[in-house]
Parts: sequence; C-alpha cells; structure tokens
Amino acid sequence: MVSKTIKIGSYIIIGVFLVIVFRLWQLQIMDGSKFKSLSENNRLRIIKTPAPRGIIYDRNNIPLVKNIPAFSVSIVLDHDRLVDMDALAALLGLKKEEIEEKLGKKNNSSFIPVKLKHGLNFEEIARIEARKSDFPGLFVETETGREYVFGKVGAHIIGHLGKINPSQATNYDLRHFPPDALIGQGGVESLFDSELRGIPGERIIEVNATGRELRKIKERQPIKGRDVTISIDINIQKSVEDAFGAKAGALVAVNPNSGEILAIESLPSFDPNIFSNGIRHKDWKEIIDNKKNPMLNRAIQSQYPPASTFKIITAVAALEEGVIDPKTRINCTGGIGYGKWSFGCWKKHGSVDMHNAIVESCDVYFYEVGKRLGIDKIYKYASAFGLGKKTGIDIMNSSEKKGFIPNTEWKQAKKGQPWYIGETFIASIGQGYITATPVQMAMALSTFINGGYSYKPYILMGNQHPASEMISLKPDTVRIVNEALSAVVNGPNGTAKGARSHITTIGGKTGTAQVVSKKRAGSGEKFMDHAWFVAFAPVDNPEIALSVFVEHGGGGGAVAAPIAKKAIEAYIKSKEQQHSRTAEQHNSRTVEQ
Amino acid sequence: MIKIDRRLIKNFDWITFLCVVVLTAIGIVTIYSATRPIMIDGEAVTHPDYYLKQIVWLLIGLTAMFAIISIDYIWLFRFSYFLYAIGLLLLVIVLFAGKTTMGAQRWISLGPISFQPSEFFRLLFIIGFSSYLSNQVANHGHNQTNGLSGNLSVKSLFIFAILPLVLVINQPDLGTAILLMSLFAALSIAKGLSRKLLTTILLIAVISVPFLGPVLWDGLRDYQKNRIIAFIDPAADPSGIGYHIAQSKITIGSGGALGKGYFNGTQGPLRFLPEKHTDFVFSVFAEEWGFLGSLVLLSIYLILFLRGLDTALKAKDEVGRLIATGITAMFFVYFSVNIGMTLGMMPVVGVPLPFVSYGGTALLSNFIAAGILINIRIRRFELFYP
Repeated sequence: MVSKTIKIGSYIIIGVFLVIVFRLWQLQIMDGSKFKSLSENNRLRIIKTPAPRGIIYDRNNIPLVKNIPAFSVSIVLDHDRLVDMDALAALLGLKKEEIEEKLGKKNNSSFIPVKLKHGLNFEEIARIEARKSDFPGLFVETETGREYVFGKVGAHIIGHLGKINPSQATNYDLRHFPPDALIGQGGVESLFDSELRGIPGERIIEVNATGRELRKIKERQPIKGRDVTISIDINIQKSVEDAFGAKAGALVAVNPNSGEILAIESLPSFDPNIFSNGIRHKDWKEIIDNKKNPMLNRAIQSQYPPASTFKIITAVAALEEGVIDPKTRINCTGGIGYGKWSFGCWKKHGSVDMHNAIVESCDVYFYEVGKRLGIDKIYKYASAFGLGKKTGIDIMNSSEKKGFIPNTEWKQAKKGQPWYIGETFIASIGQGYITATPVQMAMALSTFINGGYSYKPYILMGNQHPASEMISLKPDTVRIVNEALSAVVNGPNGTAKGARSHITTIGGKTGTAQVVSKKRAGSGEKFMDHAWFVAFAPVDNPEIALSVFVEHGGGGGAVAAPIAKKAIEAYIKSKEQQHSRTAEQHNSRTVEQ
Repeated sequence: MIKIDRRLIKNFDWITFLCVVVLTAIGIVTIYSATRPIMIDGEAVTHPDYYLKQIVWLLIGLTAMFAIISIDYIWLFRFSYFLYAIGLLLLVIVLFAGKTTMGAQRWISLGPISFQPSEFFRLLFIIGFSSYLSNQVANHGHNQTNGLSGNLSVKSLFIFAILPLVLVINQPDLGTAILLMSLFAALSIAKGLSRKLLTTILLIAVISVPFLGPVLWDGLRDYQKNRIIAFIDPAADPSGIGYHIAQSKITIGSGGALGKGYFNGTQGPLRFLPEKHTDFVFSVFAEEWGFLGSLVLLSIYLILFLRGLDTALKAKDEVGRLIATGITAMFFVYFSVNIGMTLGMMPVVGVPLPFVSYGGTALLSNFIAAGILINIRIRRFELFYP
C-alpha cells in the first residue's frame, strides 16, 4: 500500500518532468530561432540617420535651399505594456484619436518606431525630454529639414518636401520608405529626388527595456545627396515676382539657342517652407481655399488662348506660303463682315501692310491673311512651332498641358461639323479653339528667332538635347517679321512701348485674350482680359526669349510688356555681374601668380 | 539529544546533499549573471550584490542543515504541535504587524532581520500535519471502504486546512496557499485515504478547474478579472502579466539548443525580463545554457525528488515517511509551478524556484527541509528512539 502510493507519486513526478522537457524542447528547439530574433529585436534597435539632402544651386551657384535640423518624436510600443494615451496626447498636443490611428496601423510590428509628430520646436522638445521616463519607448529624432532661402520665389520650380501621397504609395522606388517619410514633391525636389536624397546611414544600438541606448553596435555614416545645379537665375525670378505684384500669371524665359530655361515663375506662389516639417492643417487649408490656386504651375500646367502673340505664326505662315505680298495694304475700318457675321478689330487702323499690321496688331489684316491660308495651313505652321503638343520640358513633364491647335479634320471627327471660315478668322488672331501654355509660347518664339530650331526646354544645367525638328524659313520672312517685332517695342506706333529698355534692345509681340465676349462682359477682375507678351533680347543676337502671361491682367502692352522688360533687364544685369565676378577672380588669380 | 554517531556519517545522504548544494551554486552563478552591472550612457548601473547575499545565506543554510541533521527527527515529532502552534502564531502576527511590500503583507521585522513566516510555516505545517496523521490509526483491511474520512475530524480540518489557508490568503500569498492545499492532499493520500474519498476529491478538482474556472472567468469583464487578479496577488501587475510571460518565453526560447553562453544572456541584464533573479531565474539560466543546460538542471531536480520519495519509502516509521513525502511534495510543487510559469504554461504566481531563486528566508527554510530529509534517511536503521 505504502510503496504503491509512493510509486504513483514517482510516476506523477516523472510525468510532470517529461511535460516540462517537452515544453522546453518546443520553445528552445522548435521555436528557438523565432525567439532568438525576438530577443534581438528586443535588444537591438536600428535607427536611420538621415542623409543630408543635396543642395540646389541656381545657374550662378547661388544656393536656393539649405538643410536645417528638424525634430520629430516617435514611439516604440513594447508588447501590451500600457501607455497612458490621454497623457501622451496632452504632452504632444495631439488628439488621442490621432495617436491611436497612427499606432493602430503598425499594430503587428510593435518594435518599429511610429512617428507621432514632426517639426517640434525647442519648447516641445524640452517638454518631451523632461517627461520621457513616463512613456517608455518615446524618443525624439533629428531629421534633415529643408529651408527654402527665397521663400515663394521659384517655389513651383524648386519644389518642396512632403509626405508620400496616396498616389505615390505604390511607386516601386519608394517601397523602402516609411509612410511618413518626407520626399521631394513638385519641381526640382521631385524630379531629382533620387539624386538629392543620398543614402541614409544606420545606427544599430542596444537598448534596455525602457528604450534607453546602452551602446552602439554598428554605425554606417549617411552619404550626402548629390547637389543639383539648375539653369534658372534666381535674380530674374525675384524681379518677376516683384513685377507681377498681386497679379496671377506666369513667365517663362529661355535661351532661344538651346532651350535652357533662365526663369520660370508662376503666380500666385506659396511658401514651400510650410511643407518641410509636415504641413499644418491651417496652412494647407489656406492654400486649398485660395481661388487662384497657388499650387498650380501656370507656366506649364495652364493653357490659354495665345491671342495676338499667335500673329507671329500666322505672319510667318503667310510669308512662307506666299499668300500675300508683305507690301500689300489692307484697309482696316475697325472690323470686317463675312456673311451674316462681323469680326471686329480693337482699333480703326486704316491702311496697313504686314509690318504695320504686326506692329499695331491689326486683326482685320490677319483675318484676310488667315482666310487666304486656311486653317490647315495655320495648323501646319503652328505645329511646326511646337504648339498643340508637349514641349517635353524636363520638369513637371507628366502634368504638362499641351494646348490645342484645331484643323478641319479634327472639327469633322470630334464635332461632326465642317470647318467654318469664321473660325479661321478668329484662329488667325490666336483665339477660338487655340490654346497654348506660357512655356509653349516661349519655345515657339525661340524657334522663330533662332532660325527654325525646336529645342526641348530644360532646367538641369547641361541637359541640352539636340534640336529635334527644324523648319527652314526664308530670309525675307525672318527679316520682315523681326523688324516688325522690334518696332512693336521700339517703333512710334508699337503696342508694347512699355517694354522699351535703355540697356538692351527688345523685340516682342503683345496679346490680349478675351475672356468673355464683349457683349456679356461685366465689370470686375474675372471679366478682364488675359494679357500676353512674348519678347526677346537683344534684337540683333537674341540671348533670351520669354513669354509673359497675366491672368485677367488687361491689355498685353500695358500690363505684360513692362514685366517682360524687367525680367530681361534683370537677366542682362545678372549676366554683367557674373562677368565682372569671373573677371575679378581671373584678375586675382593672375595677381597671385 | 545530540548524538553524532559514526553510523550517521557512514549513512550520510550524499545524493540529496549534493543535489541541493549544486542547485544553490547554479542559482548563485545565475543570479550573478542576471544582475551583473550594465553600462547605460557610459554609466554603470549596478544592482545590490544579490549573489554575495545568497552565498551568505547558503552558509547559514548549510549550518542550519547540519544542526537539524544532528538532532534526531523524532524530537520534531515530539514538539510538532508546539511548533505548529508557533507557526500559526507567526502568521497571525504577520497579519497585524507585518511589513507590506508590493502590496502583500508577508514580512516580519525583528530588529535588523526581516523574514517571511510563511516560508517556515510550510515546514512546520508538514511536521505538524504528519505527526497528527501518524497518530491516527489507519484503517486497513475490512474497514477500508469506510476510509479514513472518519479520522479527518472537523476539528482537524479546521486546524490543518481552513485556518492556515485563511491566514495565508489574507496576506495575500497565493503561492503558499496553493502549496498548503497540495501538501494537505499529498499527505492525506500518503497516509492512505480511502479510494472512494480520494477519487471524489480528485474528480472534483480535475473537473472544476478546467470547466468551472473558464465558465466563471469568461463571464467577467476585463476590469473585473484584473481586480480579481489584483486581489489575489497584487504583485502581479495586471497589465504586465502578458508582458512577463511573453518576455520569459522569449528569454527561454532564444537560448536555443546550446544557449547563448554564460554572461551572454541579454534579456535579464537589459531588464526586459522582470524578477529575473527571483521568480524568473530559470528563464535567465535557460537563455544562457540552452536546452542542454536546462535538461541537466531539471535532471538534478528529478534526482532530488525521486531520492526524497525513496527516503519516504525507506523511513523507519510512519511520521518519517509522511514528513519525507511532504517535503518532497513541497519541493516538487514549487518546482513545477515555477517552471510552468516561466514556460508560459501557468499563470504568473509568485513562487520561487527552490534553491535557485534569490531569497534568504526561502533558501534557509529549504536547507532545513533538505536537512530533515537527510535526517530521516540517515536514521532509517535506528530501531530505538533516544
């Protein structure tokens, strides 16, 4: 009896012993590697050290951006150890739901830090550091922040840093980025993001249960991103920003002989600095609520009727096709009737030849020319000058608008109607169906003044492409139109006397695009005409070609021409400064020798 | 009373002695690793010298063990009721005058020395209840169907089961309560309860735990569960229970087959594992020594337990047999509850691993218990009581 009881006792002991050994075998042998990596995760934390982002320089090596330290706060959750969410929300000045939402997404991988707030100021950092011990796993991180030295100037083209947006989330290149990472958004920051970004460093550290760093296991230094030099001249950009004042619009200035962009400005602009630490709701609402849509890059993403600036193309087409002798005079009585329709001119010009018609922008003359050409000829030349298709600009090219040039085939196919001669009339003065972007107009002008070469506009220094197409123009055509464009600014009857400059000779063509028909026009800004001006300088040997567009600006000569003049003068001055600077450097070097 | 016989030395139980000394040495070595200083931001963060204290307690324990070996255990039998009364008195004192640590009132301070009376009470309980049972006449033969139930009077049930349980649960000390219930059952069975009573108790226990428990438990809301857990054992932080077990499993599992090596364990020193030198010391050991080392450690316990049962089998009288059974059962219950807890097979109950966990009173009491085991074994051939 006694020995039997004790025997049963020893069976129980051996049984329990075997169960424990089996369990131990399960944990250590079967799941050993899993627990091993869990214990490593416990102990080791990988901290990314952001790489300093490459600097963006303008053509004169003026830095357009700076890297500044920015601070953010993250938390690592340790299993189901409870965090007082209310206290944490109060400490960070966030809503409890916001924090829970952010943490909720990462529920499964509790060892990965979750960023809770960007752009901390020093007061916030001090507050968090003081109370860190109450929240195990909470830590402040240093990141690279971006300061845009010139603020609003060139904001569209320089771009800014922002969070990865939903449409980019599936982008293969961005697969390694945490969802709250800041990447280049818009402009050069986006176009050259992979170059500017650099390679982040890594610090593998050992931490204890409260998340305190005990020692460094391994460190890999970050590699700074590559600097990028872009072809814009920030001085021109600044002068454009000043010249526009409160008006909306765009300016594109290029080197007509290469397509290199010297300036590209869209207004109204925005301050890219508000994005660099994660935009605050208030600032974003302000931008979104602005009816003028500051985020839109009007130079590339907006298309408008080019109006009388288009007469350059009509004139070239007429001369090349020989539909009119440039000496032929047409009498402008302030309008023309055709069938039951009447087409007005903005002024009674009297008898005008081609030169006068361009200089004084006579519509009646061009109605006649257009009639003789026909829409399909106009289409042919407009296309040859790059209208109706994307310029292929290297920046923001996915959202570039291509404008529109109609022809009879299109009208029949899309509208099921024949082309009406009246439509040719208004097409020949750049209205009606015709639309173009400011960058297209600058490039079309360049093609004319460089003798027929089409270049791709580009912003990255040295990114020049060979001319893709060429139209050959008769020397007479070039001479006649050139003389007229010069007289537009410098002649006694020119429409753009406001662009006359003392330091260089400017040629150009104004345009005033009607927004609504005169009969329905009301008062107020939204009924005002769009002002255009395309210009180049110096007339003899053009180095700069540009287009100015002022939304609801009024008359092209009065509003757009002075802006063009300021931009061109800023270009000339900037160039001279650059010359004297290199000369000085050269001199000092010779002295040293 | 004290009689050192040559025969005592010749019959000395080296196996039990070596088992407990080796276990304690393993404990000290593991405590040393678990509480080794670590560098935080270039500053060394140190613990009190737990391992040195444990060495001192080992020496005290060895002294007490040899003292208890030299006294014939029959004297324990003779003074058993008196000792048991003292034990109950200490439990009462601790309820009214005890020190509260981690929400539980378990300590009594006597000048500079503070100790936990329940650590000694479990021994006094074994001696007292064994003496009581051995004084009862076991029913054998024709009377067996009536069983021993008649012998377990209401008075004895009150004195040896209800009274100590109430006192211990009020501290509250869940670990000791579980132990006392197990010892009560083990000693009653060893005495020879009727099969009918035995099966009834066993059936009730087996059925009620897995079925009744979850049914009642699931009906409760989370905060109520936490309150109950907090009531039973406040030391177990409700929100931390999952954390303890998860970290303990990570600690043990990450040791793998051969372990990370001595001093290479990270979970304990980096404070991921709480209670690393007391209740979770086995986790730290298993991390550093792996499956193989753990197997060695567990085998030493297995030898200790089987040797204890063998001692009970060979004891020259019934009281010796019961006391040896009780002490072995005590070691075994603490061992299985502690290891089960660290392996995530049992809820976290604050029960130390005998001989290995840090803790002075427990070590001393365990050495005395081991001394009694050796005592019973040495004197198994003595026919006459002194």
